[in-house]
Amino acid sequence: MALAQLKMDTTAARLADVEIPQGAAWGNAARADAMARVRQMGLSTKRDEYWKYTDPASLTVADAPAAAVFQSDEAPLFDAVDRVKIVFVDGVFDADASDDLSAEGVEIERLADAMATDIHWAKDIYGVLEKRGQIPVERPLAALNTALATDGVVIRVTGKASKPINFVYLHRDETSDAILHNVVKVEAGASLTLLESGPAAARFSKLLEVDVADGGIFNHVRVQGRDHERRAITHCFARIAAESTFKSFTLTFNGVLTRNECILEIVGDDAVAHVAGACLGDGRDFHHDDTVFVTHDAVNCESRQVFKKVLRNGATGVFQGKILVKEGAQKTDGYQISQSLLLDDDSQFLAKPELEIYADDVACSHGSTSGAIDETALFYLRSRGVPMIEARNLLTLSFIAEALDEIEDTDLADELRDRLEGWLSRHS
Amino acid sequence: MLEIKGLKVKLEEEDKQILKGVDLTIEPGTVHAIMGPNGSGKSTLSYVLSGKDGYEVTDGSAALEGEDLLDMEPEERAAAGLFLAFQYPVEIPGVGNMTFLRTAVNAQRKARGQEELSAGDFLKEVREKAKSLKIDAEMLKRPVNVGFSGGEKKRNEILQMAMLEPKMCILDETDSGLDVDAMKLVSEGVNALRSEGRSFLVITHYQRLLDHIKPDVVHIMADGRIIKSGGPELALEVENNGYADILAEVA
Repeated sequence: MALAQLKMDTTAARLADVEIPQGAAWGNAARADAMARVRQMGLSTKRDEYWKYTDPASLTVADAPAAAVFQSDEAPLFDAVDRVKIVFVDGVFDADASDDLSAEGVEIERLADAMATDIHWAKDIYGVLEKRGQIPVERPLAALNTALATDGVVIRVTGKASKPINFVYLHRDETSDAILHNVVKVEAGASLTLLESGPAAARFSKLLEVDVADGGIFNHVRVQGRDHERRAITHCFARIAAESTFKSFTLTFNGVLTRNECILEIVGDDAVAHVAGACLGDGRDFHHDDTVFVTHDAVNCESRQVFKKVLRNGATGVFQGKILVKEGAQKTDGYQISQSLLLDDDSQFLAKPELEIYADDVACSHGSTSGAIDETALFYLRSRGVPMIEARNLLTLSFIAEALDEIEDTDLADELRDRLEGWLSRHS
Repeated sequence: MLEIKGLKVKLEEEDKQILKGVDLTIEPGTVHAIMGPNGSGKSTLSYVLSGKDGYEVTDGSAALEGEDLLDMEPEERAAAGLFLAFQYPVEIPGVGNMTFLRTAVNAQRKARGQEELSAGDFLKEVREKAKSLKIDAEMLKRPVNVGFSGGEKKRNEILQMAMLEPKMCILDETDSGLDVDAMKLVSEGVNALRSEGRSFLVITHYQRLLDHIKPDVVHIMADGRIIKSGGPELALEVENNGYADILAEVA
C-alpha cells in the first residue's frame, strides 16, 4: 500500500467516531484548525521517517489498548514539596483532590473556562506554538491533541511564583484514553517551576505549550512511571525569548511505549534552553523514545540536550535529536549528548543525532554512545569490598549523573535519585 | 599472612603464560617489595591476587591467613582483608568520594558481620585520616578520582586503605606519576599504617620509593618467576646496576 493511502486509512479509522469537544468561539476555531491539519497531514505510521524506530500504531488506533492499573508501594512523589497540586484522574481534572488553584505570582484556570472567555491570553498560545512546531517536521499526533484535548489548565505566571505547580496524574481506569493540553505563559521576568508526576492513563496524549517572555524562567521536572503497560505520547512546545531560561528534565521508569517530543524554539538573544532526560527500562517490551528539536533563531544563545538510557533484558531506547541553527543565529552554543547503558547483549539503542547549521560563528557538538558497564570500574569497586550488584548500581547511577545534574533544585534531584536507587534495587 | 605456592597464570583470552610458578611467603607485619623489568608479571600477580577477570590460574595456590583467595570473589577477598592500591585509580563520575568510601567501609563491615558505621562516626574518621594525607573537604566531596591529579589519586588510594584497614596491602607502582613531595606524603601515609598485624607487598620499578617505605625483603621478578630474594640491599643493587647482572647471574 502506498504510504499516503496508509496514512489516510489510519487517520480515517482513528477519526471515525470522534467528535471535537465544543466550547466557545476561539477554542472551537483552534480545534477545527488543528483537526483540518490532522486530516491534511494524515496520522503517523511506522513507515514515516520520523517514526522509523518507534511504531505509533497503538497511539493512532481508535481504541486505546488497555493497561493494568499500577499499585505503587512508594510514597507519592514531591509530597514534601510546598506546591500547588493539580490532580487529573484518567485525564480529568479533579477539583476535590486538587489544591486551591491559586498561588502568589500565578493565575491558573481550567482550559474549558479559558476557552469560554472571548478574549483570553491563551488564545495566542493554544495550538499556536504546536502549529509553529510542525515545521519542518510534521507532528500529526500533536495536532490531534490540540483538536481533541478534553481537559487541561492554562497558567499565566506574572511574577516569581511563590511555589511550584505540580500536575499529579492518577490512573484508575484500565481502559482510559486521556488527552490533556496545558498552556503556560511566563511573563517578562517571571518564573515558575512545574512538576509532573504519576501514571496518567492507559493511553496518554499530553501536550504542553510554554511561552517564556524576556527574562522569564521556566523549570520543569517530570517523572513518568512506574506503570509499565501504559502508552504515552507527550509533546512540549516552547518559545523562548531574550535572556530567558527554559530547563526541562524527565525521568522515566518502565513503559511499553513512551515517546517524549520536545520542540524548542529560541527566538530571543542571550537565552538558555536545556532539555534532559533519563529512562530506565527492563524487558523486551520496554520502548522509550526521546525526540528533540531545538531551533536557534537568535544570537548568543545556549542549548543543551542530555539524555541517558539504562536498558536491560532486551529493552529498546530511541533518541532522535536535532539542533537547527538558523541564518544569523551567531554565537550559538549547542550541545547534545545521548548515551545508553546496555546491561545485556539483547537491549538496543537507536540514535539519530543531527546538526543543521546556517550560521558561521557557532560552537555545536553532539555525541552518541552505547556501551556496557565499565569492567575496570566494576573491578575497582568490588576490590574495595562493594558487592557485585551494589557496584553495578553505583556505576549505573554514575552513568545517569550528568543528566540528573541538569535539575536545578538539589532537593528535587535528591528525591529523584532516591527513586532511581529504588528502581535499581528492584531490578537487579 | 600471605602464602603463594607455585602460582601459574595465563591470560584467559590467549594462550600466554604470564606467571610461571611464583612462590612467596609474607609474614605478618613485614614489608616485601617486588622489583623487576617491564613485563615480568608484577602487576599480573597483584591482579590475580585481588581477583580481576581475564586471568586463568593453571596451577598453584594463594592463601590469606590460610584462606584460599583464588576461590573468592573480589569483594570477598577485600572483606577478608586484602587491598590493592591501583597503579591507575579509576575515575567514577557522579559518585561522590565520600559516598564511595562509606559504601565500601560498610559493605566490608556487613560482610564480616559487624555493624555499619553511623554517618557521624564515619565522617569523624574520614576527616581525621584525610587530614594527615592532606586531602581536604573539597576532594572528599568530588566524584571519585574525577579531575584529581596523579598525586591526589594516589593519596586517595591510601585514604581508602586507611579507612578499610586491610591486613594485606598490595601497592602496585604507587610511585608512578608522583613527584618527590607527593611520594613523600604517600609514603608517610603508608608508614603510618605499618603495624604488627598488617603486611605490605610493594611493587615498584624504582628503589626511590623504598627509601621512604623501607622493605624487610626485596624480590626480583623476571619472566613470571621470582628469581632472587634478599634484603633492602638488593634494591640498591638494582638501582646501581640495573637488572642485567641479576638476570645473567641466575640464567
